[in-house]
Parts: sequence; C-alpha cells; structure tokens
Amino acid sequence: MKAKQQRMVLVVIAMVAIIGAGLMAAWALSNQANYFYLPEQMAEAPPEVGQAVRLGGMVQEGSLKTEADGVTVNFRVTGNGEAAIPVRYSGILPDLFVEGSGVVAEGSLQANGVFLATNLLAKHDENYVPKELEGMTQQQAAKVAADTTVGLQ
Amino acid sequence: MIAEIGLAALWLAAALAVLQMISGAAALRSVDGSTHPLAIYARPAAIVQAVLAVLAFLMLLRAFAITDLSIKLVATNSHSMKPMIYKLTGTWGNHEGSMLLWVGVLALAGGLLAGLEKRLPEKTMGATLAVQGFIALGFYAFLLLSSNPFERLPVPAAEGIGLNPLLQDIGLAIHPPTLYAGYVGLSVAFSLAMGALLTREVNPNFARAMRPWVLGAWVLLTLGITAGSYWAYYELGWGGWWFWDPVENASLMPWLAATALMHSVSVLAARDALRTWTIMLGVLAFSMSMLGTFLVRSGVLTSVHAFAVDPERGAFILALLLIYIGGAFTIFALRASAVSEGKRFAAVSREGALVFNNVMLSAILAIVLLGTLYPLLAEAFDARVSVGPPYFNPASAIFAIPMFLVMAVGPLLRWKEDKPLRVQFEMLLIAAVLIATLAIVALAGDYPLLPVLGLGLAAALGVAAFLPLRGRKLSRVPTAVWGMVLAHFGVAVSLLGMASEGAFTEERLAAVAPGDTVEMGDWLITLESVAPVAGPNWTAIEARVAARLGEGEAVTLTPQARNFWSPAQATSESALLTRWNGQLYAVIGAQTPDGRWQLRVWWKPFVTFIWYGGLLIALGGVLAIIGRVQVDVKRRKAAELGEERRADLAALTPEPAE
Repeated sequence: MKAKQQRMVLVVIAMVAIIGAGLMAAWALSNQANYFYLPEQMAEAPPEVGQAVRLGGMVQEGSLKTEADGVTVNFRVTGNGEAAIPVRYSGILPDLFVEGSGVVAEGSLQANGVFLATNLLAKHDENYVPKELEGMTQQQAAKVAADTTVGLQ
Repeated sequence: MIAEIGLAALWLAAALAVLQMISGAAALRSVDGSTHPLAIYARPAAIVQAVLAVLAFLMLLRAFAITDLSIKLVATNSHSMKPMIYKLTGTWGNHEGSMLLWVGVLALAGGLLAGLEKRLPEKTMGATLAVQGFIALGFYAFLLLSSNPFERLPVPAAEGIGLNPLLQDIGLAIHPPTLYAGYVGLSVAFSLAMGALLTREVNPNFARAMRPWVLGAWVLLTLGITAGSYWAYYELGWGGWWFWDPVENASLMPWLAATALMHSVSVLAARDALRTWTIMLGVLAFSMSMLGTFLVRSGVLTSVHAFAVDPERGAFILALLLIYIGGAFTIFALRASAVSEGKRFAAVSREGALVFNNVMLSAILAIVLLGTLYPLLAEAFDARVSVGPPYFNPASAIFAIPMFLVMAVGPLLRWKEDKPLRVQFEMLLIAAVLIATLAIVALAGDYPLLPVLGLGLAAALGVAAFLPLRGRKLSRVPTAVWGMVLAHFGVAVSLLGMASEGAFTEERLAAVAPGDTVEMGDWLITLESVAPVAGPNWTAIEARVAARLGEGEAVTLTPQARNFWSPAQATSESALLTRWNGQLYAVIGAQTPDGRWQLRVWWKPFVTFIWYGGLLIALGGVLAIIGRVQVDVKRRKAAELGEERRADLAALTPEPAE
C-alpha cells in the first residue's frame, strides 16, 4: 500500500467513526426530545414506567404535604389545564421551593401513576429559573411543550 | 488613576498586536537569506504586549483589592466587607474581569512563545506570531469595545453589591486561572499549526517545538477540570461530581481534543507520521476552547458561570469564533493537500493504536458537542429540550470502552509494525484481570452495567499501565516514559473512583432530632446539636454531627445552611470526612414542622480517587514535559560540543598550501 492510499484509508476510517458518532448522537437525541414533559402531556400520553424523564410545571397551591418521616414530600404539579401529576420526593428541598413556584422534577413515573422524583430543580436564588421554564407563562409552556414533544400529533 | 493606567495599557497592547501581525506577515515575504526589514518587530512586540496586558490585569486586581467603588465593575461585583482573598479572586468572578484574565494569559503565552522558541525557522515563527497577534487583537477589541473592565461610574457607589456566594470559595482562586491558562495555551498550539501550514514546515522539528505547549496546556486543562469538578462536588451540596452541564462540557471538549492532539503530535515528533491530522487537531483544540468561551461567556446558558446576559457580547464572541475557526479551516482546506504524506505504518503498531484512540476521542468529542449544542439549536426554533446523563453516559461509553481497551495494549506495541502474538502474554494478563474483576463484581451484587464495566476496565488499565516497564531496567527508563505510565495509571485510578462512586454509594436521608442516631452501612451518625453561627458576610444554621465507624472514635462534622446578605442568597455548605477509602458527605436541610432537622449523608467509597487520578494524569504530563526538556538540553549540549570539536580540529589542521 502506498503512503497516499494509506492516508485515504485513514481519512475514510476517521470519517466513518465520526459520522457514526454523529448519527448515533442524532438518534439518541431525537429520543431525548420527549425527555421533558408538561403535566398535560404526562396525563395524556404518559412515558413508560421507569423511564427517566423530566416533569416541569407549577407546584399546586395547598398540595404540598410532608410525611411523618420528615423527609418525604408529596405535592402535585400542574400546568395549563386540569391535569395535576402527583409527585413524591425524598430529600432536602431546594431553598426557594414553595407552593406556587415553578419546578422541574427529574425522575420516573411509577406504575401507580405517581411521579417519583430523584431530583428537584427549582430556583436557588432570586434570579435563577430552570432553563425549561424560563420566561414562560403557563400558556406558553403548554404551547412550547406541544412543539417540542415528538409523537404526540 | 489605576483604571486609567489599566485602560491605557490595554489600548497600547492592542496597538502592539497590530504591529505583531504586520511584522509577522512581513517575515513571510522575506526572500531566502535576508530578513524583511519589518520582520524584526514581531518578537519584541509580543513580549512588550505581554507585559502591558499583565499590567492591565494587575491594575484591575489592585482596584478590587482596595475596593475602588468608583469603578463600575468593582461596585457591581465586590463588597468592602468581603474577606481579602475573595476580593482578589472576585477580580475574575465576573464577565469583564474574567475576559481580562483570558486576554492577559493569551498575551503572556504569546510573549513566552516569542521569547523562548528559537528552534523554528524565522518564517514559520513570523507566521505563528502573526496568527497569535490576530487572535489577541480580536479579544482586545472585544474587551475594549464591548466589555471594558475599567469603566468609571459618574458617581462612586456607596457600597458594592457583592459576589455570588457560590463563588466565595477558594475554588475560585484555582479553577478559572488554571482552566484559562489551559484554554489559552492551546492558542499557541493553534498559531504554531497555522504557521507551519502556511510555511509548509509540517515536520518532526515543528512537532518537537509544539509538543511542550500542547503538553503544558493539557496539564493545565486537566488540573482546571479536576479542580472544577471537586469544587462543584462540595459546593453545590448535591453529592454529584459531574453533571454534564453545558459549561462542564465546554471544558471537557477542549480537553478531549487536546488529549488527541498531544498523542498525535508525539507520533509526528517520533515517527514523522500523521502530519495533516496533527494540524487539524491543533485547529480543532483551540476551536473548542473558543467555543467553550462563547458558551460560557455569551450568556446563552443560565448557570453560575454566566455572569451577564448581553446579546451584543454573545454576537461579538460568535463573530470572533466564526472568523478564527472559519479562517483556520479555510487555510487548512487550501493547504492540507500541499502537506506531503508522512511515514507509513501497519494497522497493528503503536501508531495504529494511537490513531484508533484519536478517532475514538474525536467521536466522544462529537457526542458531547452535539449533546451540548442540541438544546441551544432547539431553542433557536423556540423548542425547549433538556439533554442529560441518560444521553451522555451510554453514548460516550460506546466509544470510551474500546478506547480504554486499546489504551491498555497500545503502549506495548512497537512503532511501525508489530505482531499481536509478540505481546500475547500481556494481552492475556490484561484480559484475565478484566474478566476476573467483572466476575467478582457481578457475583458480589446487582450493580448498574456502566459502573461494573468501569471497575473491570479500571483494574485492567491499572495493571496494563505498568506493563511497558516490564523487562526494562527501571533506572534507565526515560522520564517521558514514566510520565506516560503515571498518566495512564491516573486514568485507571480516576475510572475506579467514578465506577466505585456509581456502584457502591450508600445514602441515608432522615429527619432527626438532636441526640438521635441513624445508621448508614457501617456508620453511625448522631446529630448532636444545631446552632446559629455567623461569618463576615453570612449567617448560618450549623449542625454538629458525630460520625462513628463501628466501634471507632467519633468524628465531628459541621454542615451548614448559609444565608448570605449581599447579595441575598442561601447556600448549603456540605461537610466532608475523608478517609483513604472514601468520603462521608453530610448536608443539613430544613427544619420540619415538628422541630426535627433534615439530614442527608452519603458514604462514597473511593470517590476521592476521581480527583487523585486527575492529579496523577496531570503529574504524568509534567514528567513528560521534564523528560522532553532534558532530552532537548542534552541534544543541544552534544551539538555544541560537536561544534567545538570541529572548530578545534579545524584550528589544528594546517591550512592546505596554495
């Protein structure tokens, strides 16, 4: 094999690997598009039980209850419509987590319809808003969600 | 006066960058043998520019030290009551100051290059300095036109606003300067690559000149990322050490490119192969540095790193990014075919293994890049998505696992051509360690797939790292080889830490009243008391927690929930207990209505190995630099000696009679 041929072979191998990585990333990312759910969507077309997703919305007024163990909280997340998803979370709540504030819960839906959160992203200072909820009213959030979620048409 | 001196120094430095560019470009026009009259100014311009840019930075440092509230930047980001160390580090805890640090390091790197590098042909050096001056000019323009750090307030403020409490930590003294120095060190690699490409000097000599810069930048990047990861781990109070946050990815991407570049430049220096590939990686590595700067500094991301959201600045950096990267890739496309092919090598050879791992690193880079940019692109179309660990972990592991396997064997292979059978003992040994570890972990319990694979690979790599020393006399092993062994072992150590943290972490979360004890694994955790405490610019609730391992002695931990008052913000200060085999991590939460306190504790086995590994990797890089410099000095001495002897001989030999 001549040096020039060898260089071509190397270029082709590198291209194949990097394009492969790109395609794989594109495929995996298109699956990620429905990684973020609003309460309406979760009620309408719930993700598979146990699949890691994010649920974003507002903490419903009057729904926040702490269990007897002192560390497990139950609350409901609402969006634009009637839908309210019960969320269960064990852990230290973010500092500015209160009823009526926006929240993004990371976790998965359980078989009993409760969203088991492993992490809550809420404001940790006056200026910080979870990226997905930044500057959105509930109506806008619902519209945006309809645009971002594939396979709902 | 401080601000005016600083500003004047910056303008002068910008003017010198123009001179450096013109003079460097003039060197390209020199006819063989004679130097263009303009070409002699490039080196001094670079050196004086470095002095001026560093002076400007020192002036800002002074303004922060004395809290000069007539300067807008100080008034909006500092506070007279802050401890001195945070006043100083606060200099780069904001947009303008951190860009000034960036530019200062850039100019310093250019000055060092101009002052120290004497091996390259003058033409190549001129082109390199011209490119370096062009880069510096863009960032001077950015500072002076859109983010002037020395702007005065019409009326001095009565008191400063203060610094984000998350940044009031010793981490701010270490993480940004090392990371920036690494980012910017890659600019020298970029300029050298461009210089060599423009003057058609892509050869082992050029690779040897470029190598210490790449190694140095890579060592600093490694340290910066390691420090940043540990800082986020203890400061954010979530117990995680890597979040795949876009700003973290922004530092990981240049590191991946620099790792590939460092290996490929070694092949070029040792074997004169991979010429164009090395140039391309040089361009890519600095492109990733600038992309990182753009992502972090333009305000497209909301995070603790995004100090100011100003679309004009974002557009400015984006324009610079397009000019430099676009320009570089255009020159690359035009000139790459003119670079003649390097030496050939077989698929099974040291070069082959390095090429494979270069490609795998590039693939991981592509995965991280797409995952980081996808949410931003989606947002441009008004769609909001989040990409997190469920994407990054498996997608990067697909390429990382074959890379680690090849990395175990690669250093054992010979250059140019080798037979797999020759290293069959080593390969069998590595495979045996891998399979045995996987089997033991799989039998021990039910753990997630990736951490289990990580443990197996860590064990195999740990053994494989030392195999290149087998059969060699240890006292005669070159320093650079020790560097490689250490760095590869560091990867194994770090991987062990990550996998162990992922597989074996124990966690306990409970609401406890003072005096109560909770159990976690072998640990007994007692909440002794909760009391308010106050610091210079914060008040806090501090818990005294006694941790006891079995029958051992109790150790007191004091996690705090802090409230800063300028700016008003609450943070959680975790408390850590470090043992050789892991770390106990405690966080105090809110008080429950019945008066108990939320307490969250983790036992993270071997988690510290993640950062020890990072330090080992960096140390390996330092050894490699030392080794190369030693060889270089020896070579120069030998050459000088040879010259002398020849001169002596010439003096002794009688002139031939005419």
